[in-house]
Amino acid sequence: MSDIACPLPITDYPNVLLAHGGGGRLMHEMLTRRVLPALGITDSGQTDAALQELGGARLAFTTDGYVVKPLFFPGGDIGRLAVSGTVNDLAMMGAVPHVLSLSLILEEGLPFETLDRVLASIRATADAAGVRIVTGDTKVVDRGKADGLFINTAGIGTVPAGLTLGPAQVREGDAILVSGDLGRHGIAVLAEREGIGFETVIESDVACLHRLVAKLLEAGIELHCLRDLTRGGLASAAVEIAQAGRLGITLEEAAIPVAAPVEAACELLGLDPLHVANEGRMVIFCPQAQAEAALDCLRADPLGAGAALVGRVHRDSPGRVALQTRIGSLRALDMLSGEQLPRIC
Amino acid sequence: MKYVEEFRDGQAVRAYAERIRRLVTRPWQIMEICGGQTHTIVKYGIDELLPPTVRLVHGPGCPVCVTPVGAIDRALAIAARPEVTFCSFGDMLRVPGSRKNLLMIKAEGGDVRMVYSPLDALAIAEANPQREVVFFAIGFETTAPTAAMAAWQARRKGIRNFSLLVSQVRVPPAIEALMEAPDNAIQGFLAAGHVCAIMGTEEYLPLAARYRMPLVVTGFEPLDLMQGIHRCLTQLEAGRHEVEIQYARAVRPQGNPAARRMLGEVFRIIDREWRGLGVIPASGLGLSEAYADFDAEQRFPVGELPAADDHGCMSGLILRGVAKPRDCPAFGTRCTPEHPLGATMVSSEGACAAYQRYRRLTEEALA
Repeated sequence: MSDIACPLPITDYPNVLLAHGGGGRLMHEMLTRRVLPALGITDSGQTDAALQELGGARLAFTTDGYVVKPLFFPGGDIGRLAVSGTVNDLAMMGAVPHVLSLSLILEEGLPFETLDRVLASIRATADAAGVRIVTGDTKVVDRGKADGLFINTAGIGTVPAGLTLGPAQVREGDAILVSGDLGRHGIAVLAEREGIGFETVIESDVACLHRLVAKLLEAGIELHCLRDLTRGGLASAAVEIAQAGRLGITLEEAAIPVAAPVEAACELLGLDPLHVANEGRMVIFCPQAQAEAALDCLRADPLGAGAALVGRVHRDSPGRVALQTRIGSLRALDMLSGEQLPRIC
Repeated sequence: MKYVEEFRDGQAVRAYAERIRRLVTRPWQIMEICGGQTHTIVKYGIDELLPPTVRLVHGPGCPVCVTPVGAIDRALAIAARPEVTFCSFGDMLRVPGSRKNLLMIKAEGGDVRMVYSPLDALAIAEANPQREVVFFAIGFETTAPTAAMAAWQARRKGIRNFSLLVSQVRVPPAIEALMEAPDNAIQGFLAAGHVCAIMGTEEYLPLAARYRMPLVVTGFEPLDLMQGIHRCLTQLEAGRHEVEIQYARAVRPQGNPAARRMLGEVFRIIDREWRGLGVIPASGLGLSEAYADFDAEQRFPVGELPAADDHGCMSGLILRGVAKPRDCPAFGTRCTPEHPLGATMVSSEGACAAYQRYRRLTEEALA
């Protein structure tokens, strides 16, 4: 047998890769090593929106870009996604969302019929959520420079007095809840984009979560931290919170709800549902003593019908997330590395 | 999920662990040949449930890991050509060649696409007659039949703008090479269920006899692995060396005759280089003479590419089961999934990636 031969390491990418936007470790590295230092930002912010006190009001402010392909997928579309995603970023601060901006980047050749459908969806979602679109911008780029339509939104909401949510509020002994089954959005979009036909059509979970958060607060649940489980899924969110809060997290694999068709699709593609994106699911950290009450409150709402208690916070191995597997062993759960790439066999 | 849930039953898995503990009287070393099995073992912590005298070593069964750097360099050179649409399985996109990977070629403007099947690549060729569509055909006997089918269909339909860059490999010659290595200490094998679903077990009979070694065709779920390990140890303790099928729900001794016929028509057996293992005689599949027109290497000659430097990555030793990922000084420090030094860290089925992904917690706790 020959000597070992291995490739040169690729330690520094000269260009941006798609994986730099995947919500995982590469994106995290790009932000912390390149983007934030270049902007002179030292507080990297471990929350979904910025909390600003202006004129006596506590405001939550957020912005987000939407570049989903295809524009329409089972259970949703880019318009609904844009409104929900921004509303959810505000909701995760406990904020009541009020106003949004809407910036459209349109590709030359986009059928007006498509634009009209997306705009109708934006309006319907905003109306249902009780938010107003108060400012915007429109640009058109050359054919081939955008996947039909990109959307950027910003949102402002008000945070109730005395309420502060975030990884720093997470305490030892906290219960960890998810508001529903995981992985629907990522698999729905992947199946539509790649033309993979599954026996059951998997619908995205895209939805606005602010009313569910309001119900939890009304029920007197002492919320410590909320995070909507977008790119990177539950695993990346848990790792981020564990690291930011300097506490250990253990999740119970058997307790984490994943719908059977999503689980089957993940098996087939070699993806981990804990890393797959969601657009209408959140993870909730609250005191253990209130876990049952929080579950009752969540399950009373259609958006939280599949809520489950999935783990706990402890002092052991701070900054780490462990998964208690179905067969009883313990393994580490990590942030997604780059993008999830379906395996070969 | 039918046929999955029952094979993840924690109680049944632990019951087998107990049976194994009662059975074993001396140390044994078993190799699981398939990367999918390595992944399950590490993901579920199966080896932690075994007695310390049973050592599982990880074999060269990750198709991405064993693809030599030269083949990847050829893929990168072809993918960078302006007239080419280069199609690959997802997990191959991140594997480094000498200087780049396919994702970087894509970021530089190359038309690189991820597909789930060679037949998807053929459909792209059919829909884009002005493009040259190349499929990177890597993997074991599991992936070879669909690559063969794509070439067969392309010929039947007269699709001229489709070709295969072939780096397919065969398992049995690799087992032979591992057993012949002077530092070999493997006493039994778990053979890959998917491969045997295609090829059957006939090629494994002479190997079991020659090396007096049990060979159990095993599936990929935790209970499959436990049952496969139990059967292998039962044979070892009894001094038997037979080919057994644990994965009976998918594998028949004769394999899949239709798939084997397709392989026989489109491919021929050739010598092939494996990353970390060198050239293994008769271990590869190349296009047969009748299908030479579909050979991307002939269609896009890239000449001699400079050889990659050796940076001391241990993946060769890991692929042969001689070393484990934690034996490598670069593991988890200089070498991570984001910045892999070698293929066993790049591929999701690679042993190093599986350890890095699932083991850090326990290893830190132990440290």
